[in-house]
Amino acid sequence: MTNPSSRTGAAARLASTSVVVLILGALFIFFVLPAVWLVLAPSKTTSELVQDFPLSFGSFDQIGAAWSHLVSFQDGVLFRWLANSAIYSLGSLVLTLAVSVPAGYALALTEFRGRRLLLAVTLVVMIMPSATLVLPIFLELNLLGLIGTMWSIILPFSFYPFGVYLVYIYFASTLPRDLLAAARIDGCTEWQVFRRIAMPLARPVIGLVAFFSFVGNWNNFFLPYLVLPNTEQFPIQVGLNQLLGSTPSFNPVAGAGLNITSSELSLAIIIAILPVLVLFLFSQRTLVSGMLAGSTKE
Amino acid sequence: MTAVDAGRPPAPAEAEPARRRAPSRRRAGPAGYLFVSGYAVLLLAFGVFPTVYAVYLAFTNDRGQFTGPNQFVKVVQDYRFGPSFANIAIYLAMWLFLVVVLTVLVAVLLRSGVRPGLSAVLRFAYYIPGALAGVAGVLVWLFLLNPTVSPVGPLLRWFGFETFSQVIAPADLPVIFVLIAFWTGAGGWIVVMYGALNNIPDEVLEAAKIDGAGMWQSAWHIQIPMIRKWIAYMAILAFAGGTQLFVEPQLLRTASLGRIDPTWSPNQLAYVYAFQHGDFNGAAAISLVLLVLGLLCAGLLVTRSGLFKTEDK
Repeated sequence: MTNPSSRTGAAARLASTSVVVLILGALFIFFVLPAVWLVLAPSKTTSELVQDFPLSFGSFDQIGAAWSHLVSFQDGVLFRWLANSAIYSLGSLVLTLAVSVPAGYALALTEFRGRRLLLAVTLVVMIMPSATLVLPIFLELNLLGLIGTMWSIILPFSFYPFGVYLVYIYFASTLPRDLLAAARIDGCTEWQVFRRIAMPLARPVIGLVAFFSFVGNWNNFFLPYLVLPNTEQFPIQVGLNQLLGSTPSFNPVAGAGLNITSSELSLAIIIAILPVLVLFLFSQRTLVSGMLAGSTKE
Repeated sequence: MTAVDAGRPPAPAEAEPARRRAPSRRRAGPAGYLFVSGYAVLLLAFGVFPTVYAVYLAFTNDRGQFTGPNQFVKVVQDYRFGPSFANIAIYLAMWLFLVVVLTVLVAVLLRSGVRPGLSAVLRFAYYIPGALAGVAGVLVWLFLLNPTVSPVGPLLRWFGFETFSQVIAPADLPVIFVLIAFWTGAGGWIVVMYGALNNIPDEVLEAAKIDGAGMWQSAWHIQIPMIRKWIAYMAILAFAGGTQLFVEPQLLRTASLGRIDPTWSPNQLAYVYAFQHGDFNGAAAISLVLLVLGLLCAGLLVTRSGLFKTEDK
């Protein structure tokens, strides 16, 4: 592509640089512009949103107004939704960690019949898109009469094969077997080996599993949308769907008389993603290195 | 929910090549069973059982009588079945092309076209919309695609779209879903591809440079071939995730007062079967079709890609 002769070489370099700038710059705008717009939107009234420069700031008063409209929507159901999301995500997170850390450990460092089969099934289920199993799980929960209970969300959420795989890889690659063997010779029981030696070393991977599990569950829509019939039980993601249906810009009929406009809706979006966003901002470095831990190490 | 499925980065897979010593390293005994028991129960309850139950439902009718392939025949002959898979196919073709070409290209540029500091900032900026995966991301795009409030309203008008309902005309839907999926998902993949490129030893790139390869030549002949496993991995996951589209069309339907086909995607069709027709057997049949697609992709990756280690000999 580039010609080695120096004159055309310089021209080619210039062309090449402009292509780089153009592509990266266009993508930067594509990724960042919507986010910036979203952050500014709650500060503007509906008519300001339509008429003003899209990236202008309205007023703090309007943010306050949007906030109070949002809070009074169905008697503060917003807080209920956020609390539900927290309960579902954190409850399943605790369960996920409680089962996946020992499981990943055992898969990596102990031997038992069926270990390879368990590992293979874990891999397959982990790679399948999670949505694949949602409808079958709904049918199962329906069979068991669990529809509409908190457990119909928490239990399926806490099944997290990807977490088990992360722990497995982590222990298999960082924990020397000799250490475990030595502990056993010294008379440690299997439980003590796990508790005293493996667990203290597992902190980094626990953080990683916790992050992915929490983010995935907080943002999950499909399963709660199917199994929770009652507004009071919605997590915030399903709640957003209801808010959307009450926004006059999208639904003039249902929205009439309600104070939910575009600025309230965009404020609700920001509130809904805040926990995840904070996690993203503060754990970026750890995450990226974690995601690639295996491949950068050697 | 689509594509990158945010929480599923290609794990530290390529990890360590077998470097463990043979036998005697493991302790047999009942302890292993205890450690995996909790997880095994969840796996049976929410992985294996729902699958088996879906198979059972798909081959029986509402009175539990075995019906052979009849449920499948019924859903395939449904006039909505073909179009929903056709919609997904169009979406997938565009999505795969875009995600593969652009993420690899961008990763290459970030690796060798800009200074490391700038590269880190850009990767972060591309990655952040991932926090809005799911409903939030779709809602943001509902605003962006509404010419009256959109920050790119003039652009939309320039394309001839005056109103929101013109934007969400049926023919435009695949493009819209690709945009949303790319916005929330591509950043994660760019980070992953960048990481894979970063793994190529410097000596290899130095050698290429000395041999007179420019940035593009080095990318095309050396870097991209060296990360093709990861590219395949991304393509298969993006494909598998794409077949599952549900949130996007469902929300767009809410936002458009039902002007959008309620059975745009296969998952939506299964949803309609279960919740509007009360036909769980038909819903299970559609789910199984999607499940088999997902299983094929997963099996392909596990057995062929060499990215996942299942044994450590």
